[in-house]
Amino acid sequence: MRIVTVRRLSQIFFLALFLWFCVTATLGAHWWQLRGWPINWILELDPLTALATVLATGTLYKNLAWALVTIALTLFVGRFFCGFACPLGAINQFTGWLGRLGKGTEGRVEANGHRRAQAVKYYLLLFLLALALMGSVQTGIFDPLPLIHRSVNLALAPLADNPLGVLSDAPRSYVSAWLLGFLFLGIVGLNLVLPRFFCRFVCPLGALFGLLSRFTPWRLGKTTDRCGDCRICEHYCEGACRPSGKIIGGECVLCFNCMDRCPADRLTFATKPSAAGEAGLPDLSRRGFVVAGTGLLLTSMWGIGGLAGANRNPHLIRPPGALDEERFLARCLRCGQCMRICPGNIIQPALLEAGIEGLWTPAVNYRLGMSGCLPNCIACGQVCPTAAIRPLSLEEKQGLGEFAHQGPIRMGTAFVDRGRCLPWAMDRPCLVCHELCPVSPKAIFTRTVFETIREGEGLPARVQGQTVVLEAAFPAHTNLISGDFYLRPRGAPDAGLRRITGLAGVGLILERPLTGEELAAAGGKVDIVVRLLRPFVDAARCTGCGMCEHECPVSGLRAIRVYSENESRSRPGRMLI
Amino acid sequence: MSSRPKDAAPETGDITRRDFLKRVGYASALALAAGGLSYVLYDAKGPPPSEGQKALTGLGDYAAKAPGAAKMAIVRGTDRALMVERGVKALGGMEVFVQKGDRVLLKVNAAFATPASLGATTHPETLAAVAGLCFKAGAAQVLITDNPINNPDSCFEISGMAQAARSSGSRIIPPRGALFAPLSLPGGRLIQQWPVMAGVFQGVTKVMVISPVKDHQRAGASLTLKNLYGFLGGRRNVFHQDINGIITELAQLLKPTLCVLDGTVTMMTNGPTGGSLSDLKDTGTMVVSTDPVAADAVGVELLGRTLGEVPYIQMAAQAGAGVADYQALKPVLLDTKA
Repeated sequence: MRIVTVRRLSQIFFLALFLWFCVTATLGAHWWQLRGWPINWILELDPLTALATVLATGTLYKNLAWALVTIALTLFVGRFFCGFACPLGAINQFTGWLGRLGKGTEGRVEANGHRRAQAVKYYLLLFLLALALMGSVQTGIFDPLPLIHRSVNLALAPLADNPLGVLSDAPRSYVSAWLLGFLFLGIVGLNLVLPRFFCRFVCPLGALFGLLSRFTPWRLGKTTDRCGDCRICEHYCEGACRPSGKIIGGECVLCFNCMDRCPADRLTFATKPSAAGEAGLPDLSRRGFVVAGTGLLLTSMWGIGGLAGANRNPHLIRPPGALDEERFLARCLRCGQCMRICPGNIIQPALLEAGIEGLWTPAVNYRLGMSGCLPNCIACGQVCPTAAIRPLSLEEKQGLGEFAHQGPIRMGTAFVDRGRCLPWAMDRPCLVCHELCPVSPKAIFTRTVFETIREGEGLPARVQGQTVVLEAAFPAHTNLISGDFYLRPRGAPDAGLRRITGLAGVGLILERPLTGEELAAAGGKVDIVVRLLRPFVDAARCTGCGMCEHECPVSGLRAIRVYSENESRSRPGRMLI
Repeated sequence: MSSRPKDAAPETGDITRRDFLKRVGYASALALAAGGLSYVLYDAKGPPPSEGQKALTGLGDYAAKAPGAAKMAIVRGTDRALMVERGVKALGGMEVFVQKGDRVLLKVNAAFATPASLGATTHPETLAAVAGLCFKAGAAQVLITDNPINNPDSCFEISGMAQAARSSGSRIIPPRGALFAPLSLPGGRLIQQWPVMAGVFQGVTKVMVISPVKDHQRAGASLTLKNLYGFLGGRRNVFHQDINGIITELAQLLKPTLCVLDGTVTMMTNGPTGGSLSDLKDTGTMVVSTDPVAADAVGVELLGRTLGEVPYIQMAAQAGAGVADYQALKPVLLDTKA
């Protein structure tokens, strides 16, 4: 079999595998759902993730050791990952090829010529690694593997699946999915400008592979310096690495198109250096390093904003088990796996809630999705490839067993907005928040009050048999017999309250009949009173799960809302003593 | 300029008659088409304040055509399957309620994604027992549904009901958006043009409601009638402002074939979510009834409450949904341990 056929099959395999893992990243018990499928495997093969988190945290987290396989192979044969495995590389290569169908050979050679700007990705890599060393892992913004996971899972898959309902019964929502989709389509579209545009100029992972291929024993090269001027080898050169001349080894993505096409078989993959000479990397300029250094200077000012400490955004709720903000940003790849897996669909890609340094990191949004954070779900931490969200056990999340002393994991605290809450502000019974609080005993408790309603003050009434008849008709929009309303002789203490239990003609039936004497003592007047159970939050019990906020019937700005106060992960956020 | 095609009109001056007529023809045809289209689409009234849809008026009457003598059985015991079986038998056997070829819809309470042991949802053993009896009586299909509060997949899976469905051969219908249609209850104040899960009733011939017995601070108790809340869609929580009113209206939406109220364990406190075993109490009772109101009246007793504390029961009775004084139904009393 021709080597390019093997390469194409491998590309199709990895792209299909990637898409399959996107499908299986669905919580459920079917064989095609998350039942041990290694949905993170492609992310774990990523040496840039491994290196950046090692620089930021000083440790190599568990499955990220898979990157060693990629590193070892790259050290020996070069950028095989770009040519054979990277799913984004495959898409780029395919669209680049598609966009050049029917183009002449001259244009092809020009498009695949080496450009100085290919050095940009090395500066970007340097910048990102230095940033990681300073504790902020930002590689995932540009790294093609988190990027494609994020783009497909949060933008393209919902677009395709929401009308079909195969992956999810209810349509999935992701805030600013359009931006993820726009960038992804942009990256794909740039292949029409130049083939593998992103790979050649932007990809920091490709740059890392370029550096790693510096000493490969096996590499592409020419068997002889003497060669015609056909440049057929560059018609389809994916890496723009100049195989016709002094080949730039670090830029070769091992597409093997040159070797496959050379009419004279002068290109070979061998242990000998290329007869036409070799260059390791593109020419790097001092200017590039200056730009990278300036960027570093700017990003080092992020910390001055104090977003991880005193200036925390109280609206930023991280998923359960998330590390404190500083350690969280030293790990999070923004790959979106937690957002994909969350069965409630409440983990969302942050735009600026966590500052520019937290772009696309997971932020919980209780207004969206199916419900609050389920007490019996630990999916987000289990799929997080870097443990930015720690893999909790149910015991730890709920504060049971050996974790009983520390209590459940708290994501924040719910606060009642007394200006919007129906029983607090509008004399209307409600109590949905209390009903849905999943903590036992409930973190939301109630205090009962009896309030005379607006139209119910001092109404003239008379006793008629067992019932009380109001002299004037009562406004129809109040359902007096709903069980929530009481009648009280004007001025009597609460002990005089009688629940209105029904209607008999125009008379109100009370649970205890009112006597004529009692009414006369009140000057013949009664108050209509509503019984209200007003919600209070016991912050010591609240886990910030957001069930209350999600279900609050005040559906715009909810009347009970969770803020990050008292979240378990944060020392500066601690509220109770 | 010199490359002008030779059949085009001259650049200046003399336009040919033929060309002119052609242009007049095209222009007139387009003008007429625009006028005609405007005529067809012309709207003098402007848009209505809201999009009115033809609303349903109810979910149907599924009461058994020829019920047996007994309308209610109260079975004491601990083995849910046995209690269900004995209770149904006391009402004449499942054959009274389900005939060959029936499509049976089981409305469960799957509100929360909590394990069955916490008692916040319909117990899978009870569900499997009812489904099994339906199949035994000749049901062609048994469907299970609810529109839960947590996300449906997690609710059915974690509560164990998905497993019960798989092992009994019944099918779970999750609350997809397409299943909801607006419904206006005749004479209702609250359920007006409100989305209700009517789609699941497509082709259904029998409906059974299987509910746990739970504390509920706002409503007083969550039993059979409160379980019907799960047929509502939309932001249904606004109805908590008149919880007794909405449950009374729900009671009028449909007449179920059979109600099974599972008080083997009762959630006495912290309802309707529970969350701790300490919220539960063994009450060892299974109610099988054709009357949802009467069943709920028994449930209130299991909770140690009075009908006065759960106003919707008498309100539903007054609305004609059943009998609040369950003793009047002369329930068959059984004890599986005897």
